[in-house]
Amino acid sequence: MATPTTGAIKARVRLGDRVFSSSTVFAGSLILVLLAAVAIFLIVQSIPAITAKAGTLPNAAPNFWVYVWPLVFGTVWAAAIALVIAIPISIGVALFISHYAPRKLSQGLGYVIDLLAAVPSVVFGLWGVLVLAKGIQPFFVWLNENLGWIPLFGGVVSGTGKTVLTVAIVLAVMVLPIMTAVCREIFLQTPVLHEEAALALGATRWEMIRVAVLPFARPGIISASMLGLGRALGETLAVAMVLSPAIVINFFLLTAQNPNTIAANIALQFPEASGVGINTLIASGLVLFVITFIVNAIARIAVNRRKAFSGAN
Amino acid sequence: MAVSTAAGPMPNALTTGRLPKGTIWMVLGGSWLLLGLVFGLVQMAGGTKQYNLVGALFLGTVLFDILVFVISYLVEGVRQARDRLATSLVTTAFIIALLPLVSLIYTVLLNGLGRMIQPSFFSQSMRNVLGAEGGAVHAIVGTLEITAVAALISVPIGLLTSIYLVEYGRGTLARVITFMVDVMTGIPSIVAGLFAYAFFVLVTGNVGYRSGLGGSIALAVLMIPVVVRSSEEMLKLVPNELREASYALGVPKWLTVVKIVIPTSIAGITTGVMLSIARVIGETAPLLIIAGLTDSVNYDLVHDRMMTLPVLVYTQYSNQGAHQSDFVNRAWAGALTLILIVMALNLVARLIARIFAPKLGR
Repeated sequence: MATPTTGAIKARVRLGDRVFSSSTVFAGSLILVLLAAVAIFLIVQSIPAITAKAGTLPNAAPNFWVYVWPLVFGTVWAAAIALVIAIPISIGVALFISHYAPRKLSQGLGYVIDLLAAVPSVVFGLWGVLVLAKGIQPFFVWLNENLGWIPLFGGVVSGTGKTVLTVAIVLAVMVLPIMTAVCREIFLQTPVLHEEAALALGATRWEMIRVAVLPFARPGIISASMLGLGRALGETLAVAMVLSPAIVINFFLLTAQNPNTIAANIALQFPEASGVGINTLIASGLVLFVITFIVNAIARIAVNRRKAFSGAN
Repeated sequence: MAVSTAAGPMPNALTTGRLPKGTIWMVLGGSWLLLGLVFGLVQMAGGTKQYNLVGALFLGTVLFDILVFVISYLVEGVRQARDRLATSLVTTAFIIALLPLVSLIYTVLLNGLGRMIQPSFFSQSMRNVLGAEGGAVHAIVGTLEITAVAALISVPIGLLTSIYLVEYGRGTLARVITFMVDVMTGIPSIVAGLFAYAFFVLVTGNVGYRSGLGGSIALAVLMIPVVVRSSEEMLKLVPNELREASYALGVPKWLTVVKIVIPTSIAGITTGVMLSIARVIGETAPLLIIAGLTDSVNYDLVHDRMMTLPVLVYTQYSNQGAHQSDFVNRAWAGALTLILIVMALNLVARLIARIFAPKLGR
């Protein structure tokens, strides 16, 4: 009757536990399958475009890479300008909320900035083209007349304001909330002892921020920028509505001939595309997917490394 | 050495070398006033057609930043000057960030409200509409159906995944899933639309395939990572003591999760789900690709094109008919409706989080 007890006591295996735990594993694996499916289906549909002969592709491109190259340039170019605008402002806003605004106000102010994230991209597009582009055009004329010797502001200035610089401003506004949110979190995690030590040594508030907060937050700022870059690269409708596109590669910010972005090109061409045209658009989507995947992966790795070394957790 | 016997009150040692209180505000007001006058003169001289308020405020703020630095440098020295410059720049950044939000909400209200409160907007579709009539019923039906099905797909998957990551996941699989969920957060929305299109074309063999269900799947791809992230954060907040107390009473693990962990964090999970709905309900690009556009009401998710609110806004702007203002007005009204829906979702989500937050004994 008395069975010899060998080894550790084993818990009874219950049916509910089995079902529940395996369904959670199933759901988790489903996400991996889904991500793989996204890649696989896009690749399968892209193959006809990548192998297409000259003459079948849109824009009379000899092969797919010639077709997609101006779009890749436009995507990266618009996102890069947006980031140049957004990084200093988002750091400033995050610092304002975390270190300058009165403690009672700061949460409310953060919520106000988050409201920007709640506005759908199509509304930003509408605002960008009907309000911003019209309002900012005289400023573009002024820039062109007075600073036209800088190559960026050269060329024939656009009469509608639908230029790559307007797009970049709209994109900067759109990525601002996510970048601010990440920066704010990191700034708030700065060890209070470091801040107090700096203040105790007689540092002013700005010196305290420069010696204690910013060095601690640098990896966080980098990853926030990469997240913002990922958003800006993939943004579709705002660009499609605001930009007046052309098939060109140039660095002029104020002209009517602007390089288009991958996402906006898909949105504009897809409803009328047919045959290999559809495959070409899907293939360009695949290129965009790869670019954003790399950018986001870098951002995440930067965040995770920070976690490992900061000692804050 | 002669002791200084100068008449007059002794300067207060604590305030010498400091700018008097209120100086900063006076400098700010003064520089705004100055630039306002300059722009006013420019307008009177016929340089600009309208008074350029944004320009005056912006340049006035820049002048303020410079003046503060110079004045503070002369009175207080370089370190204080830098500090004041940083303060004014940081505040300027915040104000610059607010400008687009204010401008956007102002213009959408100004242009959209008049058209939205007309009864036709919520009682008619765009079928056979040529003039100023017509409404968004077809788009609202489509948006609600597509988003609801997207939520039905993504909430169970997202919630179960987050339970796996918090309660069960150890080792490589959990790490890979966490990383992939992070990467999935960054999928451009249009790529999700292309994925749904490619999937349905391969399944049905119909190159012109469009349906609301495809839109739901595309939105689910965008929604799942957000649900996983937020639910995971909430489940992590549940104190371990609760789980241990449950185990100590002999409750199986799955019942502990279902009866203890989830009810404790249900408010936060609901909030996360509603915020994720708010995020995808405004998505345009994937729906433009896979759900297509139509002027008629379509209740059938599986067959035929289905209109949605964001796509309505886009098409009313991009395909303007004979009377442009009718179409642009409808676009603004649609935009206002969309913003109101998203804001309502956000507000309710935050209220739920506040009201039903678990009361931790502390």
